[in-house]
Amino acid sequence: MRIWIKSGSPWVWLTAASVSISIIMVVGLLMLIAARGLGHFWPADVHNFEYRESDGQTIKIAGEIRDSERVATQQIIDSGVKLDSTEQWTTRYLIKTGNRELYGIDFRSLLDPLISQRSQDTEVMVLERREWGNFYGILKQIKVDGKIIAEGNDSWDALQMQITSSSDVYSTIHDIEQGEIGSINYTLERLRLKQRSLELRGEDSPEALGKIEEERQSLQSEYKLFQKELKTHYTELNRASLVAETIEGKTVEIAISKVVLAYRPNGMTIFDKIGFYIHKLWEFVSDEPREANTEGGIFPAIFGTVMMVIIMAILVTPFGVIAAIYLREYAKQGPVIRMIRIAVNNLAGVPSIVYGVFGLGFFVYFLGGNIDQLFFPEALPAPTFGTPGLMWASITLALLTVPVVIVSTEEGLSRIPKSIREGSLALGATKAETLWRTIIPMTSPAIMTGLILAVARAAGEVAPLMLVGVVKLAPTLPLDDDFPYLHLDRKFMHLGFHIYDVGFQSPNVEAARPLVYATALLLVLIIIALNLTAIAIRNRLREKYKSLEH
Amino acid sequence: MASALPPIDSPASRRHRQMRRLKDQLAKHMIGFGGLGVIAAVALIFIYLLYVVFPLFLPGSMEIEARYQTPADNNSQTLLLAMEEQTEIAVRFDDSGKSTFFSTKDGSVIETIEVELPPGAEITSFAVATPQTRIAAYGLDDGSVVVVRHNYKISYPDDIRTITPFIDYPMGEDPIVIDELERPLTRLAIQDGEDMAMIVAMTDDGELLVSSGEKEVSFLDDAVSVETETFSIANDLGNYSYLLLSKEMDIIYLANSKGDISVYDVTDAEYPEQIEALNLKTDIVSFEFLTGDISLLVGNSKGNVSQWFPVRDDNGTPRLTKIREFSLGTSAITGIATEHARKGFFAIDKNGQLGVFHTTAEKTIFKEKLIDVAATTVAIAPRANAAIIEDKQGNLTFIRLHNEHPGVSWTSLWGEVWYESYAEPDYVWQSSSASNDFEAKFSLIPISFGTIKAAFYAMLFAVPLAIFGAIYTAYFMTPKMRSVVKPTIEIMEALPTVILGFLAGLWLAPMLEANLPAILAMILLLPLSVIAASYIWHYMPPYIRNTVSDGWLAGLLIPLVILVVWISFSLNHPLESLLFGGNTQQWLDTELGVSFDQRNSLVVGIAMGFAVIPTIFSITEDAIFGVPKHLTNGSLALGATTWQTLTRVVILTASPGIFTAVMIGFGRAVGETMIVLMATGNTPVMDFSIFQGMRTLSANIAVEMPESEVDSTHYRVLFLAALVLFMFTFFFNTIAEVVRQRLRKKYGSL
Repeated sequence: MRIWIKSGSPWVWLTAASVSISIIMVVGLLMLIAARGLGHFWPADVHNFEYRESDGQTIKIAGEIRDSERVATQQIIDSGVKLDSTEQWTTRYLIKTGNRELYGIDFRSLLDPLISQRSQDTEVMVLERREWGNFYGILKQIKVDGKIIAEGNDSWDALQMQITSSSDVYSTIHDIEQGEIGSINYTLERLRLKQRSLELRGEDSPEALGKIEEERQSLQSEYKLFQKELKTHYTELNRASLVAETIEGKTVEIAISKVVLAYRPNGMTIFDKIGFYIHKLWEFVSDEPREANTEGGIFPAIFGTVMMVIIMAILVTPFGVIAAIYLREYAKQGPVIRMIRIAVNNLAGVPSIVYGVFGLGFFVYFLGGNIDQLFFPEALPAPTFGTPGLMWASITLALLTVPVVIVSTEEGLSRIPKSIREGSLALGATKAETLWRTIIPMTSPAIMTGLILAVARAAGEVAPLMLVGVVKLAPTLPLDDDFPYLHLDRKFMHLGFHIYDVGFQSPNVEAARPLVYATALLLVLIIIALNLTAIAIRNRLREKYKSLEH
Repeated sequence: MASALPPIDSPASRRHRQMRRLKDQLAKHMIGFGGLGVIAAVALIFIYLLYVVFPLFLPGSMEIEARYQTPADNNSQTLLLAMEEQTEIAVRFDDSGKSTFFSTKDGSVIETIEVELPPGAEITSFAVATPQTRIAAYGLDDGSVVVVRHNYKISYPDDIRTITPFIDYPMGEDPIVIDELERPLTRLAIQDGEDMAMIVAMTDDGELLVSSGEKEVSFLDDAVSVETETFSIANDLGNYSYLLLSKEMDIIYLANSKGDISVYDVTDAEYPEQIEALNLKTDIVSFEFLTGDISLLVGNSKGNVSQWFPVRDDNGTPRLTKIREFSLGTSAITGIATEHARKGFFAIDKNGQLGVFHTTAEKTIFKEKLIDVAATTVAIAPRANAAIIEDKQGNLTFIRLHNEHPGVSWTSLWGEVWYESYAEPDYVWQSSSASNDFEAKFSLIPISFGTIKAAFYAMLFAVPLAIFGAIYTAYFMTPKMRSVVKPTIEIMEALPTVILGFLAGLWLAPMLEANLPAILAMILLLPLSVIAASYIWHYMPPYIRNTVSDGWLAGLLIPLVILVVWISFSLNHPLESLLFGGNTQQWLDTELGVSFDQRNSLVVGIAMGFAVIPTIFSITEDAIFGVPKHLTNGSLALGATTWQTLTRVVILTASPGIFTAVMIGFGRAVGETMIVLMATGNTPVMDFSIFQGMRTLSANIAVEMPESEVDSTHYRVLFLAALVLFMFTFFFNTIAEVVRQRLRKKYGSL
């Protein structure tokens, strides 16, 4: 025993266990996110339950099993449920029943002992809708203009056809509303600002105003045309409907225009399910969110994140590199530069929210407010740049990540042997030429590493963005085909903020949760990929210059 | 072979050389400019934060804008001085029933309006309601009351702002009869609420009457009429000279110059009740409500103003308690005026002095001797940016004030403050509320405490795991395994904290709540089982022991750890029924008196610990791995075991690195926002319990910043919080860096 203690073996084992625990946590976390995030898109079976309610009545419930947990039986009995179970623990299921317009809620919890029967019906259909969440029931009829066109077995195929055609119409409407009409509205607003600006400068001559008015008239007539077109589309859209029966036998009529997708999970083969899964996954990354972000895709969030990161990278790279070159190559090395270096190092440890506060106060209110006074007086009091937006978010994050680029570039510069600089200078090159032709190319992998790390940090940062430009739902993307194409003053959506917002601010957290896991998984994957790239580049760089170091 | 280059001194090559030199110089300057620019931008953060915070600590100041004669020709006495929002027009009510509107700039009369009093009636008393309402009341000698309001209409003829003053009658033009017996009313108090009004009056023989009624708005012309009912409160109160009615219309305060106070509850006017009678042990020369009508401001003849409000004693009965005292000078206070929206007040005295004070901050903003004679009346502009003081000689002094942030002082930020309606002084952060005259509570202590608490629990979780793990990885682990393990853990450093926060809030918190006994079991079982395994391993036959070297132990232990975790979780239910009666939260509450929040410090500790493990791990691992091999080899050669070498040589040499790692990890935990925001309830409590939540500086900024009004006190205090965070982390990081360099030098000689 004493030898065992003296050998330090228990301690070694404990340290080893720490590593094991850390590894398990890391891997477990990734697996948890992956399992929950990816599992969401798999079509879950719909179960039919017969359930005895607390008032003794037996009711029928259909839905997907979302979760199950074990609860102390006593606790359930204490809460007033009549339960004659001798078991100490009782299983409680969380069932997604959908049909929110009928039941008021999407979810129900069922106690295992009170479920008298459980079955699966291959005919049960799940409808994903544009509003009211999912619908679960059995398809009975398809109606067009109030006339029944299909019934019974044929109705399923008819339904799929109707959904396809209504989706086409729907996307046409969406294109017109977002594209053409959105564009007209945008131009009208610009005309209004132009007129206001002329008034402010005292150049509002009748000719100028007349010209604006003319343009406005032509836009408005164009607008009316589109309105008419939309009207026909809308009538077409609202022609078809379906009749379905819920599990309790209630007949419901649902407009097909409200249906996004219909499927019968219980009757699906494994290949159907895989196909469905891929379809859903694609929808998730390419579609716009529905129902207050709790359903549909996250495309605007991906787009916003990417836009912001690109602008940030464009800003941060030159400045970070120049600062590093200055510190390493030009500045006189002494206590002052050493202090600056420590300060820059430490800035990487300054909480990101502090940058957010700075960005809000300095960029948004101070700079933005002054820019508005100088360049956009016609829009006041509505702010143009004096409000959080894409540009300020990018600049704030550039400031936040500039230490990362500086440190990484400096490290790269310090790895380049002196002999290379001296060789270049000895051959008659100026210092600038030495830098440009030899040093910077040799440092480029380090610069890349710094940039990738900066991008990874910026992509995952949320706290400062909450203050300087992110919103839960942006009506328009920051990039479109209206001049000036890139709208730096617009607010944008962001993956990280999407997670926070949908996970914590959403009215229907339970329904949104799987989507949040999926979003989290996407974000994790992006960031891990970026980091792995940075690590790979760093390792290659080290290998490359190993031979130069003696 | 002819050279492709031109001769060295040809004009072309000279030009070329000049060009190159120019480029070189240009590059030098541009890089210098750019580099310094970036560094300046970074320094700007600090400077800008300071710049925003700075006005909080500017002392208040004032300047005299004008001095003129009281704009009324008769020898009337001033009953009330007041100003409108823009401070362009002031009004003076006098005891002849006239109200004179005059320009604040030069005292020129804009309009004089005679209040419509019943013919022959004489004014015997006067009262004002809460200043924001601009309502005043005349008590007459026939037992009735006329209620008036000074009002202003803003119009823009020709784009110029014009303010037109007028008088209206919010309760109708007819006098309201309070006393059926038509006795003169000698003392009066009035309050006018949204749908109710109340008048309290004292007759000349000392009977106190309360009259209240619902307001009714006529459909035809929007005229308001009030049907009042009058009840008698008490008789023989003639010795009380001050009468105040709170704006909630529930409490009446009576006071006399000897310091006697009597308090009545008139929540139900029909059954008034005396709730307190006491002597303040000071003489009273001035008696006013502080904004909000919870506190009383009492001025005495020695130049002091004290603040009193009811505080519940041990039996739960409210007792008027002296909270704090302000001193203006040595002569008697002649008037007190309270700000309309803040907890500040102005006091004037017989010596002609004006003092500006703030109660919550316990701050004397400034004292200034304005005039050589006694000041008699003081009025504050609604935005507290100007004031008018009348003196004994009938002159008015109009002053402009610069006092943007009176509510901030060292005490109000970092000290215990006795807030209104609190039983005792306390540290509270509560920056806003629905009501207008809310006492903002800007104590940074609870949120700083929350920050430290969150960081503490995170470090408690992270430091042992990270440092132990780093020791093993750097010292024992096989290089092959190390090349996988290290990047794996380091990658987690880049994991967005929003994901950790989301998991902590939505997955970990409910999971911990349901499995608390399992977690406790795990904390105990994990180390014990590892040590037990080590013991068993020690006595294994050598051919088994030698199959796995120490370098692979971490891999070997993974199944064991998973097994122990699984056992702990399956023990959850049995343990819960065995030890905690089937419900751990309830047991904690009843047996230990510990209340359980679902989103508590344990959750934050684990999630944030998870976030800082990679930081600490990575730096520690580098430090230990960087210990020169000849040191360890020397120690081993001298006969020390690996463990002895590790504890006495390696860790000692690497200690600066480990210290740095812990400091930087701490800095990161202090500044982390998203995890705390999502994994706690964000309630600013001062409680170190692990089962309670907290609010941190960073989360507080994230929650409140978007809603705070630019340049308000709240906005600047949030900037101050950011500055505190900035300096705190900057300080810790710099210390870490400096210590590392110091100790590196010391051990570098090895």
